[in-house]
This record gives sequence, structure tokens and C-alpha cells, in this order.
Amino acid sequence: MIEVSGLQKSFGPVTAVAGLSFAVRPGEIFGLVGPDGAGKTTTLRMLASVMRPDAGSIVIDGVDVLEAPERAKRHVSYMPQRFGMYEDLTVEENIRFYADLFEVPYATWRSRADTMLVAADMTSFRKRLAGLLSGGMKQKLGLICSLVHTPRVLLLDEPTTGVDPLSRREFWQILYSLRGEGVAMLISTAYLDEAERCDRLALLHAGAAMYCDTPAALKAHMPGAMLEIVASDARRVGDAIRALPGVLGSLLTGVGVHVHVDRAERRSEIAGALNAADIAVSSIDEVTPTIEDLFVALLEQEQAKESA
Amino acid sequence: MRWRRVKAIMVKEYLQIVRDPRSLMIALLIPVLQMFLLGYGISLDVQKIPLCAYDQEGSQASQDLLRRFSASRYFELQGHAGNYAEVGRSLDTGRCNIVVVIPSGFSKSLTDAGRGVVQVLLDATDTNTASLAAGYAQAVVAGYSADVQLEAIQRRGGSVQTLTPVEVRARVWFNEDLVSRNFIIPGVVALVMAIVGAQLSSLTIAREWERGTMELLVSTPVQPLELMLGKLAPYFVIGMLDACICLTLAMFWFDVPFRGTLAALMFTTSLFLTVVLCIGYYVSVSIRSQVGASQVALVLTMLPTTLLSGFSFPIDQMPAAVRAVTYLVSGRYYVTILKALFLKGAPWSELLLPILCLALYAALMVLFAARAFRKTLD
Amino acid sequence: MAAERQAQIVVDQLVKRFGSFVAVDGVSFEVARGEIMGFIGPNGAGKSTLIRILCGLLRPSEGRALVAGIDVARDPEAVRRRIGYMSQKFSLYNDMSVLENLRFFGGIYGVSRADIAGRLRFAVEMAGLVGRENALVATLAGGWKQRLALGAAILHRPAILFLDEPTSGVDPSSRRRFWDLIHTLAQEGVSVLVSTHYMDEAEYCHRIALINRGRLIALGTPQELKQHTLGGELLALEGDRIGDAMSQLLAAPGVMDVAMFGSALHALVDRAELRSPELQARLGNAGFADVRVRRINPSLEDSFVHLVGASRSGTGASA
Repeated sequence: MIEVSGLQKSFGPVTAVAGLSFAVRPGEIFGLVGPDGAGKTTTLRMLASVMRPDAGSIVIDGVDVLEAPERAKRHVSYMPQRFGMYEDLTVEENIRFYADLFEVPYATWRSRADTMLVAADMTSFRKRLAGLLSGGMKQKLGLICSLVHTPRVLLLDEPTTGVDPLSRREFWQILYSLRGEGVAMLISTAYLDEAERCDRLALLHAGAAMYCDTPAALKAHMPGAMLEIVASDARRVGDAIRALPGVLGSLLTGVGVHVHVDRAERRSEIAGALNAADIAVSSIDEVTPTIEDLFVALLEQEQAKESA
Repeated sequence: MRWRRVKAIMVKEYLQIVRDPRSLMIALLIPVLQMFLLGYGISLDVQKIPLCAYDQEGSQASQDLLRRFSASRYFELQGHAGNYAEVGRSLDTGRCNIVVVIPSGFSKSLTDAGRGVVQVLLDATDTNTASLAAGYAQAVVAGYSADVQLEAIQRRGGSVQTLTPVEVRARVWFNEDLVSRNFIIPGVVALVMAIVGAQLSSLTIAREWERGTMELLVSTPVQPLELMLGKLAPYFVIGMLDACICLTLAMFWFDVPFRGTLAALMFTTSLFLTVVLCIGYYVSVSIRSQVGASQVALVLTMLPTTLLSGFSFPIDQMPAAVRAVTYLVSGRYYVTILKALFLKGAPWSELLLPILCLALYAALMVLFAARAFRKTLD
Repeated sequence: MAAERQAQIVVDQLVKRFGSFVAVDGVSFEVARGEIMGFIGPNGAGKSTLIRILCGLLRPSEGRALVAGIDVARDPEAVRRRIGYMSQKFSLYNDMSVLENLRFFGGIYGVSRADIAGRLRFAVEMAGLVGRENALVATLAGGWKQRLALGAAILHRPAILFLDEPTSGVDPSSRRRFWDLIHTLAQEGVSVLVSTHYMDEAEYCHRIALINRGRLIALGTPQELKQHTLGGELLALEGDRIGDAMSQLLAAPGVMDVAMFGSALHALVDRAELRSPELQARLGNAGFADVRVRRINPSLEDSFVHLVGASRSGTGASA
């Protein structure tokens, strides 16, 4: 449904996107994951034909976006980060505006809007000025406006940033139901934990995809294992284990220390070392790595490769 | 070009305007305020010019002459000077703009040589006032001179005959009272329309950029021409409303006589409005901040219309190079047409050329502005 | 020692209204010396308002706040001398160099002449910018700017540090380095109050407060919150077309809530050990073969959703 190949974009001396390639199938939620400045917004803008790439190709639903941008737009819906909703228009007027722009037949958009407003629990807010809605509801309205013309491809730029978790969950329920209808969705996020909700994801770093696969495969692919050491004097623990063999990295957390080791078996060695140093420890357990753990491990790998 | 999309944009723009009562009030009130400010504030008529007298003689004749000056409505006697130093001071301090000096020996030379010389000193820092003052002064002196001649002839016992072989009977056409307001107000209308029209449209695109809604708009199938038509239509309506208000004020409040046809007036006004709206739109497309767009729009419309449209300075008095530039100023055509319609009541045939020029200008601006909008972020 | 245990920040029933809008609604908590307290909540929850009150930038409508023993309403100026503040966009001047920025902030915070040289050196080292002191801030990447901004905020050795969304826009490695620094500061006795909408940042804090719509909906260690606020245990079910099994699960006994998550279904059950095999069997009978069920740790977001959802529907959740 979406095929991106060798995408490049620079703004003067700054390279925002450097050779990005990935594909999204219909009925799939694909995540572009990375912090600000990783090139997510730029990538989405190029896919939405709002910006032209310096090099590379984008094919959406069989249409070459660079050759025929206006044709591509008909089946694509783009929800930018600062969503373009008119604050001085009501919920209904906003939906109608976008329906008109996409020339959706009256009966069609009316019934679709009704259904979606019910699903989003916003029927009582039809006549409310959009500027007076809460953050979560604004995002839901944005989604409804994007969906009113039944797009086959949905591009969402950080749609749940700063939104309360309940609204975020409701938002994702809508995305999952769209998935069932076969819509291809590309969603960018800076929340690494949100990445786990996607079917497949690409971890972006410096404008390119460091890795591209399902969350489970990514974690399985993660080199080594993660250990969680619960202790009151985290600093002493951290200092004690840092130089031990097999310890690839450590991180102080609120409860203790989060350790990246090359083999889970290192656990006993670490326990021994801490015991010998007379440092009290509540527990040492193996834990599932988070996407952040993965991200950092991969980054370190990249940097090691670069300096080699 | 899809009419449904144009309509959607028009409706949206209209709702946004109507729901912002503040900007609506400004759009309708500012023209009224400007009409009053400029209409009453600018006047090229000069009266009660402050005058000082330096009477070196102090005779009957000199006092006669001075009395004529003080009686004239164009002058107001401020005081008498005793010497040239005082004269200089009164001009320097601005107490007087004009000093009349009557030398000693004035009356004697009148009776003996039949000719008297009076010195008039002018403060010409404001050349307009100075030249008018000089003219008025000459008129006063001429009047006095004629009377003196008449007296002399009567004393000699001669009969009063026509003394001047040629008499100039000036009759002023079109602006019989020479009221400068009649000449200025049509220009003011053009100026107000230029400023307001450009201001209204200059904010529209910039606002979408600032609020972040433009990005989404660009990702939809809407075409640049559709966007422009949809956005400018409500402002066109408001602009015509403003024009009607200004023209009504001109005709019924300022009593500027209107001798043309209403149809011509409305047609040419709509052409001019189109031009300024497009200028504002273009600025809005190029400058993505509302504050910046509004200021640039102001400069692009107010300055040329004020200086080069024939509003304040007559075009045919300008040097050739500048005159050539005025052809590029749309205000020039509109001001010409307005003056013709108001004061001359000119028929269509006479207005044809400026109207055609204005129409061409409007068509070009529409194309220019429509093409300026590109559907990309960079 | 009593002095050690004395709270650096004491907030008591704090309320802040803007017209009819209540931004902070009766919030109470304490932060001890050397403690890292996280304020987690969505945008508009009142976190920034709370921090501004504690910095002496806004006056509370009701209630009391003591920072370093000083009443913020009565003597905001004194409060500002004792605190460091780092805001979301780092508030550094892009067209000035690293050293110029630090000197500027040093001057503003009134760092003494005797002290300033040492402090500048410390800040540059902490940020890892030794050798780049004269580089313009505009040329630095996000992570460096972040550490520099932190350095600028602590030049005057404040006892309390306020961080408002400090890690937005920063890559994960830099984020970790940053938190390392924060922990070092905390070890030295600095109290740190962080406000963020990233749920996963809670892991770095000693204690967290969940904030929603101006109210404190939970307060405790991340561990406590995850285990005790959910009111149940979380299972992850995976398998072919598992999404279609939602209605089956909702109807099963002991299942309190089911939500889609990626390619799995997350079910909130009363007792995981008990329900796990039950659900497996039930789904097997309904035609879902090969369903994998395992217990997973709840995330803070799960807690948040449960707490907010509970308060909405009126059923109290025991914290």
C-alpha cells in the first residue's frame, strides 16, 4: 500500500531524512519511532505531498506520489502534529468542511460522521466550538475529520502526544477497528512505549531506519538480556557492577539499577560481586527489554560500528 | 475547479469572520473613522495667514493699505514691527508667515511718480501656503492700486473709463467654490479602500499558517485558484460594503457633488477592490506571519496610493520618470475615475481608457496572486 | 537525623483558579531532601501551573506551599534564590556561546565572583562540552543542549530543582545520560521535582504523583502504583485473529476489562493464575486454537487509565 524507497531530504546543511526505506501493507499499523529531530514529521509530510523529497520514491496505492500528487491525495488522509482544525468552527462544521473538500456525497458523510461521533463518545459535542474541546477530544475530532472521506491510507503525525492515557486508549481502539477494515496506517510517535502498540515499527535515528520489524521480533533480536536490580543504594550498585565482564550498560532508576548484560547467566556473577562488596540487594530478576532498551542498545551498536 | 470546494472555503471564512466580532467591527468602523479623519483633517485652502506689518511711513496711504490686508479674510494681522530685526524675528519664530513692509516715501512716490513699491516678505518653508499668500497679497495690493488710480483720475476731473483693455473673467468649472474638500474626498475614498482592502486579505493566508491549519489544507485536493476565490469572496463583500459606506459619507455628509452614474461607480470600485484584495492575498502568501503581512500590505498600498495616484500631488506636475511609474499604480486609475465621476459627471466614453486599464490590472493581479500560492511547505 | 528528614517541599491543599477554570484542585504532597519526585499527567493536567506556583511565579488561590521552608505566597523572591528551574525548550540563547550562556545565567543567579570560575568549569564538564566552550548553542545537538541547560540551572547550587518536561525532543541515550546526572544531584541532597507527560519517565523517579485535571489521583513509588492501583492482574493473550475474541473474553467470569494492544489482547482479571487456563480453554472451545496466555506486568499507563476510568464511572478504586 505504501512503498518508500531511498527517501532523502535536507534543509540546508541539516539532513532530516537520509535514505529511508520501508513498506506498509493494507490493514497494518506501522510505527515510525524516534525522538524529535529523527525525521518523522519530514517523512510524513513528504508522503502527504506537502513537501517534496530531494531524492527517493514514494508509491501509495499504486500511484507515484511525486508524479501525480493530487491523484494520490484522494485516498490518503493526513493528520499533522498541530492538527488543522478550526477552533472557531463547531465540531460539525469542521467535519463538513473536510467532507466538502473531498467532495464526499452528503448522505455518506452524514452517516459516517454520526457513526464515528458515537464511537468517539462525542455526540453531545456536535455543536461545540472546536476550540473549547479538551486535548484528547480535539485529537479524536482530528481523526474523524481525516476519516470522513474513507481513505485507504492514513498518515498520523504524533497524534497522541500529551494526550491523557484514557483518550489515547480510545484513539487506538479506533485505529484497531480501522485496521480491521484494511486501512494502511503510518503513525509516528516519540513515545517509545506507544511503539509496542504497532504491528510493525521502524526505529529512526538521524533520518534513517536503524531497524524495521515487529515489536516482538525486535525484542527477540535484542542482543543479550535485561536485568533489574532492586536496591536502595542504587549508586553503589551501579559503580560496583559497571566494570564487571558481560555488563554492556547500566542505568539508574527509581528502584535500583537496570542492567544490560550479554547473557542472562551473568545474573549469578553480579549477585556474587554485590554480595562480596557487601551491598544490600532486594532482588535481581530478568525482565523483558523495553523498546527504549532496544533503542539504546542498537544506538550503541551503531556508534561502535562507526568508530570501528 | 470544483464549485463545492470553493463554497466550503467561503462558508468557513465567512463563519470565522462573523464569529470574531472584533475584527468585523474594525473592518467596518475603520473606514468610517479614516474618512472623517482625512476628510476633515486635510484641507488645502488657506485662510487667516498670520501677517505682520512694518510701516516705516505711518501715513494715511500706508495705513489704508494695511487696513485692506487686515480686512481680508485671507490674512490676520498679528502685530506691527518697529525695525527689520523684529521683522526677522517674527518670521523666524513663526509668529508671522508674511510681512508687509511699506517704505517711507511710499505716499510721496504714489503722488509724484504715480508708482509705489511695497515689500512683501514670505516664509516659504511651506511653499504651498507661501505661494497662495503671495497671490492673495498681490490681489490685495492690486485692489488698492486700482482704487488709488480711480481716485487720482477723479481728482484730476477725468471721467471714469474702462482702464484695462482686457478683462479676465475667471470662471471656475467643476469645483466652483474651489473647495479643496471636493477635490480631496474622492482621493480619500480611494486611499481608504486601498488600505482596508489590502489589510483584510493580507491576514487570511498568514493566519492559516500561524494557526497550523494550512498544512492540512495543502494535503487536501483543494486547488490554489479555489482557495483564493473562496477566501477572497467574503472579503470582497465586506470591501464593497466599506466602499458604499465611504461613498455615502462622501456624498451626503461631506456634500461632495456626484454627477456620474451609480453603475459606473460600483463597477470601477469593484475592479479596484479586486486589485487591492489580490495584492493583500499575495502578501499573505509570501509572508507567513500575520503581523508582517499586515505591515507589508499597508506599505504596498498606502504609499503608492497616497503619493502617486494623483490624490495629493497632480500627476502632470511630476517629472517624466515619476509619471511613468504612476502607470503602475492602480490607485491612479481609480482616483482619476472617481474625480471624473464625482466632479465632472463624465460619460462612459471618457472613462473608457482608465477603466480598461483598471480592468487589465485586476485581471493580471488575479492571475498573479492565484499562481503565487504553491501547495508545498517549502 | 531530623534535619535530613525535613521535607524540602510541602504542598498543602493547593488550589489555583483562572477565572472559573480550576487548574490545580486541592493538591497535597511532600518532597524530601535528595528525593526525585515525578509529576506525570497529560497536557493541561495542571503540572506546569503547579510548578509555576512553587517557583513563586503564580500566587495560589487557596492552600499553602512551602519551598525550602519559605511560603511561596509570602516571599516568592526568596524562593527563587533557592531553586533552579529548567524548562521544556531549555531557555538557552542560540546565538550565544556555551560559556556566554553560562556566564549570563551565573550573573542572573548571583553566583559570587569567587565561586563563578569553579562553577562554570563544573557545568561545562558535566555537560561534556570541554573543548567546546566557545561553540554557539545553535550548533549543539539536543542532548548537549539539555545537559547544558541543566548546568545553567544549578550554577548557584540550589537545594531544589524544578524540571518542566526536560526530555522532550531528546534521543534515548541522551535521555539516560541526563537522568544519570539527576541521580547524582539527588545523591548530593538536591530535591528534584520533574513534570512530564511521558509515562515511562516515571521509572527514573523515587516517587511519582499521577495528575489529571488538576487533581492528584495517585501518589507512591512506581512499583506501588503499578501493583496496587490496578485492582487486578494483567494477562496478554496472543494468537490468530485474537482481535475477534474480545467479546468472548468480556463475557468470561473474572474478566474486568479487555483492550487491544498491538497484536495481542490485554485482559484485566481478578486472579491471573486462576483465570489463565480458564480463558485458554474457553477460547479453544470457541474456535481459537493456539492461544498463548501469559501474565504481564502492568504499565503505569494501565494504572492511570484504570484510575481515571474508575473516577469517571464513580466506582472507587482502592489505592
